[in-house]
Formats: sequence, C-alpha cells, structure tokens
Amino acid sequence: MAEKDLLYNYTLHLADNSMILGQRCGEWCGHGPVLEQDIALTNIALDLIGEARSLYQLAAELKGGNANEDTVAFLRDVLAYKNVLLVEQPNYDWAYTIVRQFFYDVFHFYLHSELINSTEPRLSNIAAKSLKEVTYHLKWSSEWMIRLGDGTDISRDKMQDAVNGLWEYTGELYMPSAIEQQAFEAGFAPDLNILKPLWQEKVEDILAESTLFIPENKYQQKGGKTGVHSEHMGYILADMQFLQRAYPGANW
Amino acid sequence: MSNKEWPLWEVFIRAKQGLNHKHVGSLHAADVQMAIENARDVYTRRMEGVSIWVVESKHLHANEPSEQDELFDPANDKIYRHPTFYILPEELNHM
Repeated sequence: MAEKDLLYNYTLHLADNSMILGQRCGEWCGHGPVLEQDIALTNIALDLIGEARSLYQLAAELKGGNANEDTVAFLRDVLAYKNVLLVEQPNYDWAYTIVRQFFYDVFHFYLHSELINSTEPRLSNIAAKSLKEVTYHLKWSSEWMIRLGDGTDISRDKMQDAVNGLWEYTGELYMPSAIEQQAFEAGFAPDLNILKPLWQEKVEDILAESTLFIPENKYQQKGGKTGVHSEHMGYILADMQFLQRAYPGANW
Repeated sequence: MSNKEWPLWEVFIRAKQGLNHKHVGSLHAADVQMAIENARDVYTRRMEGVSIWVVESKHLHANEPSEQDELFDPANDKIYRHPTFYILPEELNHM
C-alpha cells in the first residue's frame, strides 16, 4: 500500500473510534442521571468528536479531490468504518456507559502517549492536543469505576454485569489490523504489543480498587477494525448520517 | 434504592492568577472529587478559571437576616474607613 493510502487508512482507524464513541456519549445529552453528569458526558462527547474532526480533516486532505471532513465522516457506509466493536456497543445504562468509557480511555491514553512520538507530525500534533483531554476522561471514568464498583450492592452488581458484558470486546483493541501493522512498520503508529501490558496493568489496578473482577471467559470478539461490525453500527450511522444523506452538503 | 439527593456544594472559581476566588454557583455531587470535576465541567467550559474551590453548602454559615440593622447600618456614616483619599498606583487595580 502506498504510504499516503496507508496513512489515510490508519487515520480512519483513529478517527472512527473517536467519532463513534463520541456519538454514543452524545446520546446521553438530555438524558443524564443528573444535570452535572449530563454536561460531563457531553463534554467528553465533544472532545471525542473534536478529535475525530481533526483526523477526518487530515484524511480528507490525504484523499484529495472533493473530499472534506464531512464526506469522510458522513458518506461512508458500515463496511468502510474501522472502529473497534467496543465503542459501538449501546449505552444500555450508566454502568455500561462508564465501563465502556473506562476500557476505551485506558487504551486511548496509552495510544496517544505513544502517538505523540509519531514520525508523522500531523498525527503527533493531534495526539498532543487530545492527550490532555483524554487524561481527564480517564480520571473521570476511573473515579466512576471505583465509586460505583466499591459502592452499594446494587451498584457493584451493575458494574460487574457491565464488565462481564464488555470484556469480550477489549481484546480487539490490541489485535492489529493489517493496516495498523503496516503503519507501525512504517514508523508512524505505536506498537500495540507495547501498549497491551500497560492497559492490562491499569485496568487490573482500577478493577481491584473497584472491587470488581475480570471475567473468566477468555473468548474475544473481533471484526470492527476490518469493517465487520455488530448489528448496532447501522443504527448509529442511520442516526449520524441522516442529515447529510437527506440534505447533501447541508451546513450550519 | 434510596432517593436521597446528592449533597449540595458551593463553587468558587479563580478567574486568573492574582485574583481571588469568587462564588459562581452551586451543584450536586456525591463526593468531593465529583464536586471538583462537576465544577470543572459546569463552570469552566469557557475558560472561566484557573483554580476551583468547592465546599459543601452545609459548612457555610450565614448571618441572621434579622440582625441587618446592628451588623451593617453602623458602617454607613463612617466615610473615613474608605481609602478614597489616596491615589492608588496602577498595579493595585484589583484592590
């Protein structure tokens, strides 16, 4: 794959994760358990979508022609999306939302901590800006893990349910797609094998503090990175893309 | 399940170094960490501050409104307490 195509595709890996998780967090807007957390989660959603925008702008620049951030974000279909299955999982309840966020934040934090050293300056710049935001996301979700895990019997049960339900989607974070592997070999992407033990250690620490357990089940799902998404993804895109599909080129 | 509300907290924000913290409002939070983070998310989204204080509202004590006369009226005619007879240097803008 030509270097430019490779960078384009790798950028989409990063962008799609942030975009879809941002979309999921945004679904809480107006539905948060309390006003303050409604605002907290929509702040996080906007951070993620802001990061995705920077990355889509880069992708559009690499693609050239008439591409712009909107065409890349809104006019691709499910199979062209490269986000991991974890981020497209539904909100279900607050526990699922927090656990999904926490698993992703730990990954996102270590990923960007490495990506700031990328040989591709446009990626390292985006990572540097976003790392501050992600550091806060991780602090926020870690504290919720502990607060609810080590909380009441009901809150612990709900959190353990969410950990059990989402665990099988965490392995994919560290199974490199062909694109991620080539991007690593080309020097502009971090080595996922180096990030994995860091993720594992942080997750184990916080789960222990939250009095939660890693489930026995070792089976791990995969597919998102290569476009094989869960049934939820089509609904997300239907919501997200409706406006640009119905009114192409619509603007504020 | 308990329907008890989270405690109320008062939020004070320092707008920039050198200024004092000012009361900006209140919010609900379950613990002090959450109160600081909620304050960050609710009150500093538009670069309003560089430092946050929170205090649980129950720890604030106020004077009796009925004591208004004896507390505040006596200051009314003591103009000599105001530093209005000095010209302040520029640097003391915020005094």
